[in-house]
Amino acid sequence: MGSGSLISLILAAVAFSAGGLAVAKFLTKGSTNSQKGQTYECGVPTSGSPWNQFHVGYYLFALIFLIFDVELVFMYPWAVVVKKVGMPALFEILVFVFILFMGFLYAHKKGALKWM
Amino acid sequence: MLSFENISHGLHNWLSAIMSETPVVLIELTLVALAAITLFAALGLILVYMERKVAAVIQIRKGPNRVGPMGIFQTAADTLKLVMKENFMPDSVDKFLYKLAPFVVMITAMLILAPMPFAQGFQIWNINIGVFYVTAISSISVIGVLMAGWASNNKYSLLGAMRSGAQIVSYELSAGFAILSIVALTGSLNLNDIILSQQDGWWIFKGHIPVWIAFVIFMIAVTAETNRAPFDMAEAESELTGGFHTEYGGMRFALFFLAEYINIFIVCGIGATLFFGGWMPFHIGHWEGFNHVMDYIPSSIWFFGKTFFLIFVIMWFRWTFPRLRIDQLLNLEWKYLLPISLFNLLLITVIAIKGWHF
Repeated sequence: MGSGSLISLILAAVAFSAGGLAVAKFLTKGSTNSQKGQTYECGVPTSGSPWNQFHVGYYLFALIFLIFDVELVFMYPWAVVVKKVGMPALFEILVFVFILFMGFLYAHKKGALKWM
Repeated sequence: MLSFENISHGLHNWLSAIMSETPVVLIELTLVALAAITLFAALGLILVYMERKVAAVIQIRKGPNRVGPMGIFQTAADTLKLVMKENFMPDSVDKFLYKLAPFVVMITAMLILAPMPFAQGFQIWNINIGVFYVTAISSISVIGVLMAGWASNNKYSLLGAMRSGAQIVSYELSAGFAILSIVALTGSLNLNDIILSQQDGWWIFKGHIPVWIAFVIFMIAVTAETNRAPFDMAEAESELTGGFHTEYGGMRFALFFLAEYINIFIVCGIGATLFFGGWMPFHIGHWEGFNHVMDYIPSSIWFFGKTFFLIFVIMWFRWTFPRLRIDQLLNLEWKYLLPISLFNLLLITVIAIKGWHF
């Protein structure tokens, strides 16, 4: 099978999920209640909206992740040919990783990897 | 010799003989979809039952034992219960994203099945960048999780989703480096080529201690990526009730739950393929007789046996280690696992270049 199977898999996932939801809709009957639609936060009335600021730490981790993820993408083609090319490929990636690791140590030193 | 390859070729030839090309393709695509849905349902039923039984054995109790012999119909009964529940949606949610999120998670789980080699010649799509495809698609599921957490308009959900996002993207890196080390040893991204390179022994035995280190890092990373205990920060019940799916109920919750178990199966299948040879039987170098005896066990049994063993190990983790705190979790990844796995990858590269492996 070729790439057409991906379309078939996507359709299978949608059909499976939508089918389950449709069956559930067919089998159940809803009830109404004035408090039913409220946000569930363990029974206490909610205060404030969650759609506001959150901890900056997540953002810093996401930025560092982005750098390393791009590095990972660069290393995929390298890993395929490294056995054939031999030692020169290893030295080149060592230079690359060294520069990247300096940046990582800088981020570490700046406290970007520290929670709170 | 009856193999999956012969069966699929025979089916294709038979269908081509009796009708034109377009209906053949359509029928084959339908068969693929039906097989994938069946696999989904079966895996969901088996894995939930297995999880509960393993937990029961470890805690010296009986586990589910009422519905059917040994409680084997327990998951079916639970599924029925979830289907019978109302498709309920709270008033304050972002309706479009709330409804879309379970679909995103399910579609990603389904798409990763495409390059999985379930048995010899039994693969939906033999893609030449299989490993890369799996890592690329599996990182989409974090979008579904963030979508669900944000759309729920609930503080527990948002916190759970943010934690889950930080955790999944962080551990993706060390999992990626562990996978790359096997790619460096084989020089191919095709999952079938990786399996064939293990004809004279699995990488875990051929590659000395560095491959063991890569395997341990891989297992830790995928446990974190699938949000399993001890890394289940995303839905730490005692802190965040349900994490990102607090506001989901009934069938929508069941979809998240199913996708989670399918993801466990997928990562364990990838681990079994990379380190334990996938469907490749247990072979030792030049022991021809021994290898022939091992070949009599069907390849699908080897694949599923290895995969379910790794799933068992992940379930075992859950009852062995206490849950980590969010800062400990991120420290573990960024200060220990990432440098170790990067260094280990370079070490394995030297082994691959010098040919020091068996």
